[in-house]
Amino acid sequence: MEFAQLLFYFFSGLIVISALVVLFTPNVLYAAFSLIFTFLGVAAVYVLAGADFIAITQIIVYVGGILVLMVFGLMLTNKIDGRAVVTRNHNVFFGVIAGALMLLVLLLSISTVNFMGLDWVQSALHGGEVVRLSTIQAIGILMMSRYILPFELAGILLLIALIGSAFIAKQQAD
Amino acid sequence: MIPAEHFLYLAITLFCIGLVIVITKKNAIVVLMGVELMLNAANINLVAFSRFDALHLQGQVFSLFVIVVAAAEAAVALAIVLKVYSYYKTSELDKVNELKG
Repeated sequence: MEFAQLLFYFFSGLIVISALVVLFTPNVLYAAFSLIFTFLGVAAVYVLAGADFIAITQIIVYVGGILVLMVFGLMLTNKIDGRAVVTRNHNVFFGVIAGALMLLVLLLSISTVNFMGLDWVQSALHGGEVVRLSTIQAIGILMMSRYILPFELAGILLLIALIGSAFIAKQQAD
Repeated sequence: MIPAEHFLYLAITLFCIGLVIVITKKNAIVVLMGVELMLNAANINLVAFSRFDALHLQGQVFSLFVIVVAAAEAAVALAIVLKVYSYYKTSELDKVNELKG
């Protein structure tokens, strides 16, 4: 077993354990802190899959942005009185049933399909077109040429989301 | 080289944990965390198959856009949660059960 595979299993374990902590802890703040480890582990898995730029984006956007936003939301939607913010569960039976069924269906379908034997995967493996080095330059060129329209649309979407969320969340004068 | 199936098994585990969180938790913020976990699981799939597409990198580019949309979604959803809290004085989803404005 190579070193990269060992790292992959280590970070997979980290991701699954910290996601389970989010599931089982009643304390919302602990869930938010555990989510940091999940996002960092997913970033490491991206690196092991040859997507270094996505990994950096994941750390900047998720850990630096979304998680801070969630902790802010947590602060603003609870009375700060020194007690821990807890969340309770509902629909536990149906939730576990739905999750287990989903897991079963996906496990069965993945174990029956031979993904490594697909035509385009095999031709990439034998033609040497597998990602091995950094993809930052390729993504930069693609973003400015082939995907220029989605790129601009994403900018407009972010602007609309910024204006919209500021408008929704503003305190209205009574 | 790590086989693509291992990435898929990791992704489905993460997806199902996110699904159970979304269904069972009462606090709206924790439900949003579950949605982010599911989006991350989908991204792992995209990136795992993008390894075999070194020429166009469609999976990696698509997962970038998924991250952008997830950021916008989290911002708007948190704004809505703040508004709901200022009206109902709670962020527990099962207490927000009336549609009157």
